[in-house]
Amino acid sequence: MSISLSNISKQFGAFKALDNINLEIPEGELVALLGPSGCGKTTLLRIIAGLEQADQGDVFLKGNKVTDQPVKNRQIGFVFQHYVLFRHMTVFDNIAFGLRVKPRKQRPNETEIRDKVHSLLHLVQLDWLHDRFPDQLSGGQRQRIALARALAVEPSVLLLDEPFGALDASVRKDLRLWLRHLHHELNVTSIFVTHDQEEAMEVSSQIVVLNHGKIEQKGTPSEIYDQPQSDFVSRFIGQTNVFRIEDDDHDWLKSTGIIVDDPQGVVAHVRPHNISVEKTADPGNSPVYLKDWQHLGGTIRLELNRDGHNGSATTIYAEMPNEQFKDLALHKGDRVALRIKHAHWFN
Amino acid sequence: MSAMNPSFSHRAKPLTLNDSAWVRYTLILISLLTIGLFLILPLATVLIAAFAKGWSTYSSSLAEPDALAAMRLTLLTAAITVPLTTVFGVSAAWAIARFEFKGKNLLITLIDLPFSVSPVIAGLIYVLIFGAQGWLGPWLSDHDIKIIFAVPGIVLATLFVTFPFVARELIPLMQEIGHEEEEAALSLGASGWQTFFKITVPNIKWGLLYGVLLCNARAMGEFGAVSVVSGHIRGLTNTLPLHVEVSYNEYDFVGAFASASLLAGLAVVTLVVKTFLEWKQKQDLKAARQAAAE
Repeated sequence: MSISLSNISKQFGAFKALDNINLEIPEGELVALLGPSGCGKTTLLRIIAGLEQADQGDVFLKGNKVTDQPVKNRQIGFVFQHYVLFRHMTVFDNIAFGLRVKPRKQRPNETEIRDKVHSLLHLVQLDWLHDRFPDQLSGGQRQRIALARALAVEPSVLLLDEPFGALDASVRKDLRLWLRHLHHELNVTSIFVTHDQEEAMEVSSQIVVLNHGKIEQKGTPSEIYDQPQSDFVSRFIGQTNVFRIEDDDHDWLKSTGIIVDDPQGVVAHVRPHNISVEKTADPGNSPVYLKDWQHLGGTIRLELNRDGHNGSATTIYAEMPNEQFKDLALHKGDRVALRIKHAHWFN
Repeated sequence: MSAMNPSFSHRAKPLTLNDSAWVRYTLILISLLTIGLFLILPLATVLIAAFAKGWSTYSSSLAEPDALAAMRLTLLTAAITVPLTTVFGVSAAWAIARFEFKGKNLLITLIDLPFSVSPVIAGLIYVLIFGAQGWLGPWLSDHDIKIIFAVPGIVLATLFVTFPFVARELIPLMQEIGHEEEEAALSLGASGWQTFFKITVPNIKWGLLYGVLLCNARAMGEFGAVSVVSGHIRGLTNTLPLHVEVSYNEYDFVGAFASASLLAGLAVVTLVVKTFLEWKQKQDLKAARQAAAE
């Protein structure tokens, strides 16, 4: 295990930021700590780094207990949300910083430092910026320099706090893929914090979902998406339609295929792509009509409205491939019939 | 971090004033006359009086042993107090900007205390503590330690009046800059001292210099507090401001104004450097705010 956390708790005044966190992260993984703001994910990252002290519990890096070690002895690389490059230093000096502050005996000479910095600049594809100052760089460039700076000290663990949070949408997309490839190349165990589930799904090999200071679920992106273990995870990851069996129209639910005679829980969550939409043979009897739709690239998202029902799922989202939607030749206001192919049940 | 003081970031546009021309000119004239009458004229008078008997009298009155002794003592006092005030200022600003602790607001208020206390009182406090009739007086005289009417008393009194200068300059600056860069340095393996000298000092250097400059000007120019504890012993416990008074009282006008001209010169130099530092510091703050806003 590269990173291991046992019984980590942290309190800020009356607010419980982290509640008894246990987590093992194997060597070489790229893990996303995912959760809504205030769920404790950044605090957890800072505790691993040593920038924050846990009230209780221990942090192990590569099997060594580092709970009482200061940041500088933990051999971590930390990338801040707002990059935090040293303003008064050039890009070169920023990246060289970690090498130059090493104790004299371990410090590489200037030639070695220059080679190392240039190889890192090459790695982040910004060789030509070495003599610029941080305020002359774009956000995406700063983030890559911040990453190069963190990598210069060859950390055993790389920690990234909302690494793409402050970037434009298009730059963010590029950098996500780039980070994934970089991780593939370097294979250094990495944790990044994000509140964006799409980002977590796209970049990471493992996702840890946090809520209210507790781990809700841990798994690969497909496990998290296809087998959410809690109501919270199901709602937070991807879009979902929520049907409350108790106060819903049982006849209608039966007609859609959700079993109500022997329900497996109180609430059924249905992903949009698990709802198939058909033209109805009996328009007078269907409470659902097509309100609007959106193009999401290869798929269409249908926004369906449900008459006369307050409470659970009055707007239902369904998704289908473009061609299928074209074949259906639906118009706004058309009555439709739904078939629910799969549901996740929660209590 | 991104929450900025609105009064700084969204400065209101100046109001369009429709005052007539003569109101404008009268106001400008009043300001100029006041400055001329109360600031420029006295400064000119100092120089005129200093050179009233020619250059040679001026230079010889400055070369007089008592005058030289006063200069030496002034420089010595500044050389001791300014570094001490700087160390205090940086530590106090660090503590206030970086940590949350009980009594923080009290500390901020106490740092301002010397600004609200008359310097004479500051001097008297030390006389009451260290003077012959004071609390520690008998003990000090038993051990043959002289504080009042000697250099240590002058240094203490000067310290009292100057210690807020650096701290007050740095506290808002360090609060604005935040401590993320320092965290980044620590995460890269830097020690506390390396972080301080390579990251903190470069970030606060203009504000720090500004505080040091003001502190120095005050240390060299302080009269009231020093006057109480000095005893006015010519050649021994007179600083330049005290030397000016003593010379004047002895009808040595050229000597008094010659020494005064040095202090006036110091003031002008301070003013010029101060303006430069203010400009530099504003740029730094702007950069810090920009970084915080992004």
